[in-house]
Amino acid sequence: MREWLGRLSLPSSPRKRGPSISGVSRDMTHIGADRASRWVPAFAGMTVVKAVAVFTFIAVLSLPALAVMPDEKLSDPALEARAREISKELRCLVCQNQSIDDSNADLARDLRVLVRERLVAGDSNDQVLNYVHDRYGDFVLLRPPVTGYTALLWGGPFVLLALAGIGTALYMRQRRRDVETMPAPALTADEEARLADLLNEDKPGDGR
Amino acid sequence: MSAVTRHRLLLLLPLAVFLILGGYFALGLTRDPSKLPSMLIDKPAPTFSLPGLTEGEPGLSNADLTGKVRLLNVFASWCAPCRVEHPLLMRLAREEGVTIHAINYKDKPEAAKAFLDQMGNPFTAIGADKDGRVAIDFGVYGVPETYVIDKDGRVRYRHVGPLMPFDLEEKILPMIRELSK
Repeated sequence: MREWLGRLSLPSSPRKRGPSISGVSRDMTHIGADRASRWVPAFAGMTVVKAVAVFTFIAVLSLPALAVMPDEKLSDPALEARAREISKELRCLVCQNQSIDDSNADLARDLRVLVRERLVAGDSNDQVLNYVHDRYGDFVLLRPPVTGYTALLWGGPFVLLALAGIGTALYMRQRRRDVETMPAPALTADEEARLADLLNEDKPGDGR
Repeated sequence: MSAVTRHRLLLLLPLAVFLILGGYFALGLTRDPSKLPSMLIDKPAPTFSLPGLTEGEPGLSNADLTGKVRLLNVFASWCAPCRVEHPLLMRLAREEGVTIHAINYKDKPEAAKAFLDQMGNPFTAIGADKDGRVAIDFGVYGVPETYVIDKDGRVRYRHVGPLMPFDLEEKILPMIRELSK
């Protein structure tokens, strides 16, 4: 763990292909922060409704940054669609919680290009997934296969649910049996007296 | 067992479930999720043939990986942790007589040369993997990574991240000795 912190993720390439998405968005955040102060006077003359409308319009215009670069895309739209579908199933091993379709990491890019090459070579979707799985193992699949090793992962929630269900059923049955079979205990003299008191309190004309 | 004692025992059930789950999670905390198992363990190294760093220099192919136990180190000059582990690789090659081959990952040849001139060159042979494709065949997902390859050219162990003295003493060297028998 500790030494891992020092380990670089795959290269923030020394041979840049152009600005990386993360670089761009970081820059844009700065510009946004700088301009915010200048934008306020621009909004000042507007009614609230107008300001909200303008803000919404701008918000709608800004699309999420896409990791897939134009130069990676295949000219055949059907193949490209399949490539996108496959990429969404594959985990980026550098970021670990993104698919390679979402990630800007260099390895993710390499794998996206690889996926497309396999598709162009005529592989089926499963063959491409197997190709990557052969190299990186179960972890690379965002939906890990059901095997002996992952059985607990897939089955665990259902086992817990079943156990909870059985437990609840047993408890309810036991409780019903207890209520049915338990004889009502006789009241002590003290309790009889208190009961009589309480019943008397409720009598009409008591003033309460 | 009377109904009452059975009820008492049932009260302990949440505690038991807590202890089991807690133990499970505690075990999980001691494991590093960034270290993935290699798919190549006990399998032959993938087929590859890489050119040397510069023209005329011998490269590296999977055929070079048989005959004796050796290490295969994936490194790059731009990778800081590679610098950290490099003195250890030097020591391994010089003092322990371990053969180390290298895959130079996505690097400029001149940068890799400068790195080795500065830090020393413990490698018997270096293959330049400029586009990182051979590394993908090995399942590399970051640098450095170090593989132990046995006499038959099979991958026996993968170390992810920089090698530390502890890793050498506890794992790599004993393994090399064992496999060399």
